[in-house]
Amino acid sequence: MGLRRRSRTEDPLLRDLRRALDGDRVQDGPSARQLYSRDGSVFPGGRAGPVCFPESTGEVVACVRAAIDYGRSFVARGAGTGLAGGAVPCDDPVMIVTTRMDRILEVDPIARFAWVEPGVVNLDLTEHLRGTGLHFAPDPSSQQSCTIGGNVANNSGGPHCLAYGVTSAHVLAAEVVLADGSVVALGDPRGEPGGFDLRGAFVGGEGTLGVATRIAVRLTPDPPAVRTMLLDFMDVDAAADTVSAIIASGIVPAALEMMDQRVVEVVEPFVDAGYPLDAAAVLIVELDGLPAGVEREVAAVRRIADEHGARTLRLAADEDERQRIWKGRKNAFGAIARVKPGYYLHDTVIPRTRLTEVMTAVYDIADRHDLIVMNVFHAGDGNLHPLLIFDPREPGIMDRVLAAGDEIVGVSLDVGGVLSGEHGIGLEKRRFMDRLFGPDDLAAQQALREAFDPDGRANPLKVLPTGASCGEVNHLPAVPEGTWV
Amino acid sequence: MGVSTLEQFRAEVGSDGPVAVVGGRTRWEVGGALADGCRLVRAPTGIAALDPAEMTVRLGAGTTLDELEAALTDHGQEVAVDGPPGATVGGSLAVGRDGLRRLRLGPARDALLQAEFVDGRGRLVKAGGPTVKNVTGYDLCRLLVGSLGTLGLLGEVILRTRPRPEASAWLAGPAHPDTVRSRCYRPASLLWDGTTTYVRLEGYGEDVDAEAASLADLGLVVTAGPPAMPPHRHRYAAEGPMDGIADLGSSVAYRAVPAPAPIVPAGIQRLAERLRAGFDPAGRLNPGRDPYREAA
Repeated sequence: MGLRRRSRTEDPLLRDLRRALDGDRVQDGPSARQLYSRDGSVFPGGRAGPVCFPESTGEVVACVRAAIDYGRSFVARGAGTGLAGGAVPCDDPVMIVTTRMDRILEVDPIARFAWVEPGVVNLDLTEHLRGTGLHFAPDPSSQQSCTIGGNVANNSGGPHCLAYGVTSAHVLAAEVVLADGSVVALGDPRGEPGGFDLRGAFVGGEGTLGVATRIAVRLTPDPPAVRTMLLDFMDVDAAADTVSAIIASGIVPAALEMMDQRVVEVVEPFVDAGYPLDAAAVLIVELDGLPAGVEREVAAVRRIADEHGARTLRLAADEDERQRIWKGRKNAFGAIARVKPGYYLHDTVIPRTRLTEVMTAVYDIADRHDLIVMNVFHAGDGNLHPLLIFDPREPGIMDRVLAAGDEIVGVSLDVGGVLSGEHGIGLEKRRFMDRLFGPDDLAAQQALREAFDPDGRANPLKVLPTGASCGEVNHLPAVPEGTWV
Repeated sequence: MGVSTLEQFRAEVGSDGPVAVVGGRTRWEVGGALADGCRLVRAPTGIAALDPAEMTVRLGAGTTLDELEAALTDHGQEVAVDGPPGATVGGSLAVGRDGLRRLRLGPARDALLQAEFVDGRGRLVKAGGPTVKNVTGYDLCRLLVGSLGTLGLLGEVILRTRPRPEASAWLAGPAHPDTVRSRCYRPASLLWDGTTTYVRLEGYGEDVDAEAASLADLGLVVTAGPPAMPPHRHRYAAEGPMDGIADLGSSVAYRAVPAPAPIVPAGIQRLAERLRAGFDPAGRLNPGRDPYREAA
């Protein structure tokens, strides 16, 4: 397939695509193909076929039909901020870029849902809702860039998913173009239909189950009271113990985030959030809800923090201070990327009660491999983001990085953890799938995939380990610009 | 019957002949009558691991909801799985109907973190994982909830638990539910019979009192509990006439008359058939039952 001779005037696939879409919305030049050959992951990029920018469901159907007619696969893609290589194309697929499908179609503030197109940027929806008292709860750190279609594909998380749940809990329905070009409506914003939860199965499918062309999202009421605290600790164990103790006390914070000293040192100069530079770790604890309960929880967190040796507890006095505390967290990854040109990131989730021992193990692993590890993560739900940073030009470094990464995965799985909390499996984590699932488990997942896409045409070579490799995508290069975690 | 371990459960289900799990038989007719000649098995019972600090519980699917509730209450926790007295956890998940407190607890399918089930080929399959957050692979757990055991028979599950609210109150009064909702931050339940709105508030005592006081202005007064719900579940349509009681949290209208069979679009039917063929090619799991026969 990849060796097909391609000539701009003769390629019938391009001709058909250009007939279906306006000509300038099908790009085939080397720069477009290069640009859309990678995402926010470490992969240098596979090989993109024609890059299409549909503006309607009908045009997405046309893209899928063209792929079918010419024996190609297709890859749907939003903003390309994914961190696991889920949007990296293998073997010249038709690229279906949804960024021009960016309309907010309907907002129902009474029934509390909105219909949006997949290319709507996450934060744009929340901005659009300002003044209604409602918001879209999933808030991945990339929310100023990532699209809701991408959130659906990855079942994205974010700090506030601790209390509010990940994207799946906020998607009520989707219109989906399946890999055979047919269109189905999954779920219903006005109440679930009977039958299998196909909507739930579709969310998190990483683009392998079809392309969502309209999405009904749940809108969440803004909390009447919000209190945001910054706690700092002189050792990481005390911070981790505090996280476990808060969860065990029965409080479900809106968000509970941890950053270790290396992260704080890098982030603070950029955002001036007031993070103490000498602390071993800081926690951001956000509590929300009705005012009396929030104040009681603030008092409880204060008591737990004292018991675990927190050095200071700063309660944001106003919205401006709160925003500054969050700005540091949400921009952490971009700042880290400036320290060393290479990084390798895992996204494992572990039981919250095992945080202290796993953190210790992660630091030990990095030390043993003579690597720098930085930790900035969703501590409240046990979702680690250990970042191994390095200079890929250093001889032999990749072996050490990969070995350390494997050990981090191993430690996480040993305590009853899982491979990914929010970034997905994509290309990058496929090789670990058989450490969590046996052959029968994977066969069942394959059965789900085949029910939606019997020919394996939608985003092939993702999620499930197949043994096949994605073109030349096999090594870890530099950090892409503009990446969030 | 009298199965104790997952492996024994798998062996009992086997790979041949029609088979169904019997739980508490509390909703045995949902989705249609079981075909004649179907072998009945029971899922493992008992709580294997209750981890209140982690807010998860691992248990045999044959455990009753009553037993689970008693164990969790000791730790001030609960789960978003609902069923009548005597119902089992596995049966309630397979039926997949949410209770009246869904607005607070969320749907049962969000509570199921991991499931070990036996598919139609007799394979023991693990879906999901034990942690509270997980996107490792496809979300098979959600498909199992509400599947009436037609994709797999649940053996053991891990559920997410929630802290029990410190205080709660039911109020009722002659106000429109949209008005009531606009006065409450996150009510646990919101019911409407066309004249009266019933609302359940849950949370910290002072907050419940304050919201109740605010609702008193609308004419809502404290009441003992929800009204008796009519037996048949319909999908709620705000536009239609109200001759029953609507649960706005799950968009179900409870009415005295049975719901007509839903019309299933061809595309959905095709997906459902392929799923069943993938998980149970011989159609031996719960034959006669069809989740698409249920309107809501």
